[in-house]
Amino acid sequence: MINHPNLESLTKCFHCGEACTESKIDLEEKSFCCKGCKLVYEVLSENGLSSYYDLEHFPGESQRLKNSKFQKFDFLDDTDVQNQLLDFRNYIESHITFFIPNIHCASCIWLLENLMQINSHVISSRVDFIKKKVQIKFHSNSITLKELVVLLATIGYEPKIKFSDEGGTSVPTTDKKLITQLAVAGFCFGNMMLFSLPEYFSESKLLGEGFKGLFNYLNVILALPVVFYSANSYYFSAWNSLKQKKVNMDVPIVLGIVALFLYSLWEIFFSQNAGFMDSLGGLIFFLLLGKVYQQKTFATLEFDRDYKSYFPMAVTKLVQDQESVVPISKLSVGDVILIRDQELIPADSVLLGQSANIDYSFVTGEEIPVSKKKGEVIYAGGRQVGDPVLLTVQKLPSQGYLTDLWNHDAFEKEKPGQLEPLANKISGAFTWTVLAISFSAFFYWSFEDLSLAVKAFTSVLIVACPCALAMSTPFTLGNSLRIFGKGKLFLKNVAVVEKMAQVDTLVFDKTGTLTSPSNATINYCGDSLTEETKDLLKALVSKSTHPLSNRINQWLGNRSILKVEAYKEVKGEGIEAFYSGECVRIGSQDFAGFGHQLKISEGNLVYLSIGNQVIGYFHILSGLRESAPSMIRALENSYELHLLSGDQSHEQLSLRKNLGSKINFNFNQSPLDKLKYLQNLERNGKHALMIGDGLNDAGALQASEVGIAVTEHVSHFSPASDAIIDSTVLAKIPEFLAFAKANRTIIKCSFLLSFAYNMVGVSLAVQGLLSPLICAVLMPLSSITVVVFTTVSTNLVALKKGLITLKKD
Amino acid sequence: MEVIFLLIAISLIMAATFLYLFFKAMKDGQFDDDFTPSVRILFDSQKKKVKKDQPTKTKSYE
Repeated sequence: MINHPNLESLTKCFHCGEACTESKIDLEEKSFCCKGCKLVYEVLSENGLSSYYDLEHFPGESQRLKNSKFQKFDFLDDTDVQNQLLDFRNYIESHITFFIPNIHCASCIWLLENLMQINSHVISSRVDFIKKKVQIKFHSNSITLKELVVLLATIGYEPKIKFSDEGGTSVPTTDKKLITQLAVAGFCFGNMMLFSLPEYFSESKLLGEGFKGLFNYLNVILALPVVFYSANSYYFSAWNSLKQKKVNMDVPIVLGIVALFLYSLWEIFFSQNAGFMDSLGGLIFFLLLGKVYQQKTFATLEFDRDYKSYFPMAVTKLVQDQESVVPISKLSVGDVILIRDQELIPADSVLLGQSANIDYSFVTGEEIPVSKKKGEVIYAGGRQVGDPVLLTVQKLPSQGYLTDLWNHDAFEKEKPGQLEPLANKISGAFTWTVLAISFSAFFYWSFEDLSLAVKAFTSVLIVACPCALAMSTPFTLGNSLRIFGKGKLFLKNVAVVEKMAQVDTLVFDKTGTLTSPSNATINYCGDSLTEETKDLLKALVSKSTHPLSNRINQWLGNRSILKVEAYKEVKGEGIEAFYSGECVRIGSQDFAGFGHQLKISEGNLVYLSIGNQVIGYFHILSGLRESAPSMIRALENSYELHLLSGDQSHEQLSLRKNLGSKINFNFNQSPLDKLKYLQNLERNGKHALMIGDGLNDAGALQASEVGIAVTEHVSHFSPASDAIIDSTVLAKIPEFLAFAKANRTIIKCSFLLSFAYNMVGVSLAVQGLLSPLICAVLMPLSSITVVVFTTVSTNLVALKKGLITLKKD
Repeated sequence: MEVIFLLIAISLIMAATFLYLFFKAMKDGQFDDDFTPSVRILFDSQKKKVKKDQPTKTKSYE
C-alpha cells in the first residue's frame, strides 16, 4: 500500500473509502469514487439496505477495477455446469454454496444475509465468515443461477466459481470422528477418575467392599468404549506400520494400552484390586487431545490445487459466427474461441486477430502484459487485456505447455518422503529397549516368584508407555504451526515443520519471488521534465490501472494533479489526454509516435509525447525486493542456494553483484526444466526447499521436499504447495527456518524429559514396586510437564526470533 | 450409605446426557462456524426497513 499524506484532505468514497479523484460522482450529499461504487449504493438504498453503511465505515470494495461485463457468467446457464455446482435442487428450490473472497467485515455478513430484500426469489442466505462462504437457497424457477451470480457481482461480491467446488463443501469427516473419539474418552476418563478417587486415599475401606467392587466394575464398563472406540486409530496405524516392517510411534503406544488394559482386567477380576483403568482413560484422552491440537487447518487456504481450479469453467466458442458457451472439457483442437477482456486463456492457442495483450502474471509472476501479433502461439494461463480476441485452439486444455506438467510423474506419486519424522526414528529403538527391559525383568524375577515376574513385566510395559514421548511431537509442532500462521507463513500440516528443519538446499524462483513489481527501478531518458510536465504525467498515470502506470505513478511521488481533458486509455497501447490544447500521450512506441525501435535487453519502455513530439521515455525494470540481498546473505553460509529463472541471462551480472557469489544461477528454465532441476537435487541426496509463485513453478514446488508458494494476497492464487507465504514476510525466511530447526531441539529436549520420567518409573517397575498411586501420579505428571514444556519453549523461541510479539492485538 | 448407589446412577445418567447433547450439537453444525453467529446476533432484526432519515454512523465493530 502506498501512503498518501494528503489523502485526508480528499473526499473519501462513501462506499469503499478510497480517495475520490477527478472522476468523483456526487449523489444525495455523498461522494463516490466511481460509477461502480455509486451503482452498488443505489441498489442497496433502493432496497432499504442502507444500514450496510451504518455497521462499518466504508464497508465496500472499490468497484473501479471491476469490469462490469457479465457475459463471462454465461456458462452458468449450462445444465452440466449447474449440476456440478448446486448442492441440492428440486423442482421448487436450489441450494448453492459460493466462495466469496471479498467477505471481510460485519457489513458483508449483514448484506449477504439480507439478499432476499434485493431479490425476493432468494429464500435465504447464510454466511460462514471464516471460510468466506455463503450458502444461498433460491427459487430456481424464478431466478437462474446466472442471474443470482450477476446479482452478487453487482453488489460487489463476485463469487469465485471453480471446478474444485464440485463436491460442494467437503467438511473433513475424519476431523469430526476425532472430536467424537475425544469426547467419549473425556467423558469416560472423567467418570473413571471419580470412581477411582477413593482408592487413592484408602477411603474405599470406609465405604465397604460392596462399593469397591462396584466402582471397579463401573471402571471396566467405562474403559470399554475408550479402548475399543476412542483408541481405534492407534491400532490401525500400528498395524499398518508393522505390516511395512517398520516401528512407528504408535506401536509402543498400542503395546502400553494393551498391557495396561489386560493387566487391569486381571487385577479387578482375579485380585479384587483397583487396576489402572483411570490412567488408561487419561492416557488416551491426552493422546487424542494432542492429535486434535495438531490438526490446525487454514480453512480459506487451499494447498492442493491443480490447474483446473484456476482455469475458467467455460469458454465462448464460435461456430459459424454463432457464439455459444461450452465447458472447457468439451473444447477440441481447432475450435475458434472468443476471449474477452480479463478472461483467462484455457488452452494453448494461435492468435487469429491482429494483436493481443497477454498478462502472464498467473504463470510467471510478471504482471506487465506482453503484446502478441497475429499467428503467434499464446499459452494457456495468460489473461487477455483489452479488446476481445479470437483464437484457434491448438492443444486440449489438459495437454498444454503448462498443464502438461500435471501429467508428470511428480504429481502422480506422493512427495519424496526421505525425511522421516524424528519420533518415528526414536520409536524403533525405544520399543526394542522397552521390550528388552521388560523381558529381562521377567526372567530375573521368574526364578524367585512367578507372579512378581508377571507383575514386573507388565509394569515396565505400562509405565514405559511413551505417552509423554508421543505427546511432545504433536504439541510442539501444533504450536509451531500456529506461530508460523501468525507470522503469515501458512503450512499445510505439521509434517512440513519437521521437513523444513531438515532442508539443506534452498531454491528460489526469480520473478515475483526475489523481485517485486512494486520495487521497480525507473530510468528516464530524454528532455528533462519540468514540474508542470510531472504534474501532467501524474494526472495521466494516476487514473490508469495498468501496472506500468502504477510504477510511474509511484516514481512521481506525491504532487498536485492537473486537470486534463478528453482523457482516454487505449488498452494495451497507452493513455491520451489534452492539456491546454496539446495532445499528451504516454504509452508504447507506436502509440506515442516514436520513429525507430530502441533495443533494450530487459524491462519495458514507456514513451512520452507532447503535441506529437516525443520528449523522452521511461525504462522500467522490475527490481529486487529490498529485503532480498540481506536475506540471501543470512542464508548463504548455512544453505546451498540456487536461483531458477525463466528469463534470459543478461541480468546475471547485476544479480550476482546484489546477491553475492555463493548462489547458483540458472537462466532460461522452462517449467519442466525447473521440475527436473529439483528432481536432480533430490537424486543427489539434497533436501531442497523451493520458493516460487507462478504456475510455472508448480512442478518444481511439487518435486521439492518443501514447496512454498509466494502470494501477494493469501486468499488469491497459489499453485499446489506445502506452504503459502505472504510476500511481505519473505524476508523472514531465515528466521522461519531457524525456528523450524529450534523445534527439533525442543522435541529432543522433551524426549529427554520424558525419558527421565521413564527411568524413574521403569526402575520402580523392574523391582515390582509399582503401586497404583505411583502410576496414577507419574503418568499424568509426565504428560503435563511435557505439554507445558513444549508449549512454553516454542513460544519463547518464537518470541526471541521475532515471529510473535507479546502484545496481543 | 446406600443412597450413593442412587447418586452414582444419577451422575452417570447426567454426564451421559451431556455427552449426547454434545454429539447432537456437533451433528447440527454448531461448531462448524464459531465466528459468524457472534456477529449475526448484533444485527437489528428488522424485516423490512424503510429508508432511514438519519443514518446513525456511530456503530462500528472495532
